[in-house]
Amino acid sequence: MEKNDMKKKLKLKVSAIKDGTVIDHIPAKSLFEVITILGLDTIENQITFGTNLESGKLGAKAIIKVSDKFFENDEINKIALIAPHAKLNIIRDYEVAEKKIVEIPQKITGIVKCFNPKCITNHEKITSCFSVINTSPVALKCRYCEKITAEDEIKML
Amino acid sequence: MKKDLISITDFSKEEYLRIMELAADFEKNPNQELLKGKVVASLFFEPSTRTRLSFETAINRLGGRIVGFADPDSSSATKGETLHDTIRMVSNYADIIVMRHPLEGAARYAAEVSSVPIINAGDGANQHPTQTLLDMYSILKTQGTLDDLNLFMVGDLKFGRTVHSLLQAMSVFENPIFNFIAPESLQMPRGFKHHLEERGIRYFEHEEFTDIISEADIIYMTRVQKERFSDPIEYEKVKDVYILNKAMLENTKPNVRVLHPLPRVNEIATDVDSSEKAYYFEQALNGVFTREAIISHVMNLK
Repeated sequence: MEKNDMKKKLKLKVSAIKDGTVIDHIPAKSLFEVITILGLDTIENQITFGTNLESGKLGAKAIIKVSDKFFENDEINKIALIAPHAKLNIIRDYEVAEKKIVEIPQKITGIVKCFNPKCITNHEKITSCFSVINTSPVALKCRYCEKITAEDEIKML
Repeated sequence: MKKDLISITDFSKEEYLRIMELAADFEKNPNQELLKGKVVASLFFEPSTRTRLSFETAINRLGGRIVGFADPDSSSATKGETLHDTIRMVSNYADIIVMRHPLEGAARYAAEVSSVPIINAGDGANQHPTQTLLDMYSILKTQGTLDDLNLFMVGDLKFGRTVHSLLQAMSVFENPIFNFIAPESLQMPRGFKHHLEERGIRYFEHEEFTDIISEADIIYMTRVQKERFSDPIEYEKVKDVYILNKAMLENTKPNVRVLHPLPRVNEIATDVDSSEKAYYFEQALNGVFTREAIISHVMNLK
């Protein structure tokens, strides 16, 4: 058997899904944040995940496989801030039908906390909202207080 | 769609000019009963006597009636009512809301919640757009133009919201030059300099200004606040460098005018008051005409 076929077979044995989405190249430390942001902790689909897997790029990576779930781009792009190298494989009938990469969206709503302690969003129940003014390094401008949250100041809600 | 004034960048250059035109009209004839039969809510969640009196004078001159509170102790905020609920309630009662709030972004949020126009009378260290418009009106009145001006901004340029907003507003006009004079620890933030660089606008940074003051058309003074310094020795080093006195104005351009958002402490010596180049008290009066103009503009009264 060819090496690639062998690898594929081995992978399928462990975690094959018939239809759905595989999110790969998630930094291991961000796995549970990704699960929360995508709302995977509240849906009823079958989900498998692995973490602390070897990755040349990330050191330790995580992978999530969601059966019968196909994300909209803006839905999946929410994770771009914490998993900028994430890749999606769309699986149909056990085959990779499409590959996607995440992109930082123009607006970030409801997932990031404004770093400014005097911002109204940190005092009342308000959905935070930022426009992305730079993607590398990431810089987010708060819709409300107009302050810029820099990449190293980003905290998820 | 209702119109609000939350951030100075909400308005276009055409709107700035429209406000200036209306302000000039109100200056000629301050008492115009455009708000007759209308109720204005004046919600000051933090005290600001100067801004509040200026707004209330403008509203009175427009024939409007005022409801509201002058400090948060007399509002339901002390009972734990959210800003959301206060604004929802008051926007049922009044035709327009003027709001001052200590938290940044409060005005933008209020505008989302309110069914009537909101005018931001200051939200923390964020925006104070009506101050900026009255500053612009003062510049226009004294210089006859908003183009080709050399603007000196002096003092706390790091935390001073008035200079940040004025920089943003003036950068839409032709060929401005900015001179920023501040101690190293209170320099103009990077983001605002980037804003100018993107537009190809010249700016210069200095720690002293005595030798270059002759180039200025406008000297916009702000307070260097002691509490902004983590090192008191640093404050002692710079505090006297930024005191403008009458002698310093001797070799300046005849058209130069000294502006200050007030209150001043000691950054403008009192001997400047008698100089024809001092303009800060007139600037405060211009605030009434400008606020009449802003109210009329957002309510489509003129």
